[in-house]
Amino acid sequence: MTPMLEIAGLEKNFGDVQVLRSIDLKVARGELVFVIGPSGSGKSTMLRCCNRLEEPTSGSIFIDGRNIMNALSADLNRLRLQTGMVFQGFHLYPHMTVLKNVMLAQTKALKRPKAEAETRAMDMLGRVGLAHKAKAMPTELSGGQQQRVAIARALALDPKVMLFDEPTSALDPELVGSVLKVMKDLNAEGMTMVVVSHEMGFAREAADRVVFMDGGVVVEQGTPDQVFGNPQQDRTRAFLSRVTGAE
Amino acid sequence: MSNIADMFFNLDIMRQALPLLMQGLVMTLKLCAVVIGLGLIGGLFLALAATSPRRWLRWPTMALIDLMRALPPLVLLIFIYSGMPFAGVQMPAFTAVAVAFLLNNSAYYAEVYRAGLQSLPSGQWEAARATGLSMPQTLVHVIIPQAVRNVLPDLLSNTIEVVKLTSLASVVSLAELLYQANMARSVTYNSSPLVLAAAIYLVLLWPCVRLVSRFQRKLSI
Ligand SMILES: Nc1ncnc2c1ncn2[C@@H]1O[C@H](COP(=O)(O)OP(=O)(O)OP(=O)(O)O)[C@@H](O)[C@H]1O
Ligand SMILES: [Mg+2]
Repeated sequence: MTPMLEIAGLEKNFGDVQVLRSIDLKVARGELVFVIGPSGSGKSTMLRCCNRLEEPTSGSIFIDGRNIMNALSADLNRLRLQTGMVFQGFHLYPHMTVLKNVMLAQTKALKRPKAEAETRAMDMLGRVGLAHKAKAMPTELSGGQQQRVAIARALALDPKVMLFDEPTSALDPELVGSVLKVMKDLNAEGMTMVVVSHEMGFAREAADRVVFMDGGVVVEQGTPDQVFGNPQQDRTRAFLSRVTGAE
Repeated sequence: MSNIADMFFNLDIMRQALPLLMQGLVMTLKLCAVVIGLGLIGGLFLALAATSPRRWLRWPTMALIDLMRALPPLVLLIFIYSGMPFAGVQMPAFTAVAVAFLLNNSAYYAEVYRAGLQSLPSGQWEAARATGLSMPQTLVHVIIPQAVRNVLPDLLSNTIEVVKLTSLASVVSLAELLYQANMARSVTYNSSPLVLAAAIYLVLLWPCVRLVSRFQRKLSI
């Protein structure tokens, strides 16, 4: 079967600096791929290339078999609906209610009728346990709640892949669990997910595969047991001992 | 003492001058409507161009904004009204005033909007674009409402300045409030019409000034 997401020969330069050097990665349908790596290794840049929020220098990105690098910029907006993205900083729209946050792209980008978009938004808010906050403003919510709204906002567009860039790094420790639970449920229901995160416990429990990146390349990948329990590369070992030692 | 009251606060003369001043006020308000209305729109487009990632658009726009802010508005006005006819471009006083003040004022509004646009974290853009919103949709629904809200006190301050600015139009004999008051003064040999005009400006602008202070207090909390 074609992978849901395939990154092939992806390279990205910022000026003279090569940040990604030929990344290849396939993510199967329903798979949860967990990406780790030191700061500056290019994890965020890789994710952002997957919906062309960052324009790759070369390489291909296939979503469900279609190369989005071939898309004209007019089609790009439509193609971005296929990838949901969740950011470290939530980025809810502070001037709209929670409900409007989840409805905006549905009505404007997907052109869903308002009533249908509202029903869908309430469904998604229910799914992340926040239906009762629909009328609240984002600033009235805790960080964990805001992040769950951000997840609902992405899900409401029926994406094929969800990309998470350190979704819990900005949260107080006691709020992390609720977001990870939503993510775990989502994957259990069959969503294809790429998660950049430092939550190693979550990776052990929920990830199908762990990918270790360093210096703009994939250094090593395997099941959580393989990568965490028996890393093959020195760089992986050094990184893991550093993060687990710090924890 | 009664002499001063007679020269500045003569109610009879004020009553006589009132119709003339009301005509002037209507002209002032018309001018404000054009300059503020078009200025708010023009300034927004200038600000969008001035914050564009495209250099060929950004640089000329910023140069234009700087130029318009550096030129004294009266110089611009007299140039357009009295200078342009030498190039064969003649326009009625109202048009000349509207064009001159619009150029000046759009540049000021643009600077205010620009601060508002730049105060937004880039994450707002990214979140919107990541959900498939186009550039114009992102601007209309996400960026501009927040940018405007962030600079509302400054937009209002600038609007107050515009109302005051319109009194310069009396220089080219446009029959706005100050011009009419001065006219009434020269006819009656009495300064009371000027005092009345000042009072009208005050009534018009004082609530706006209060509002700006309220905003600013709220923001500083
Ligand atoms: N817009 C940009 N312009 C220039 N350089 C950039 C830009 N975005 C990222 N970089 C550089 O690219 C490299 C990779 O950044 P990236 O954010 O992808 O790393 P990361 O693995 O996500 O790191 P972190 O764990 O700190 O989030 C870094 O050296 C960064 O400075
Ligand atoms: Mg990052």
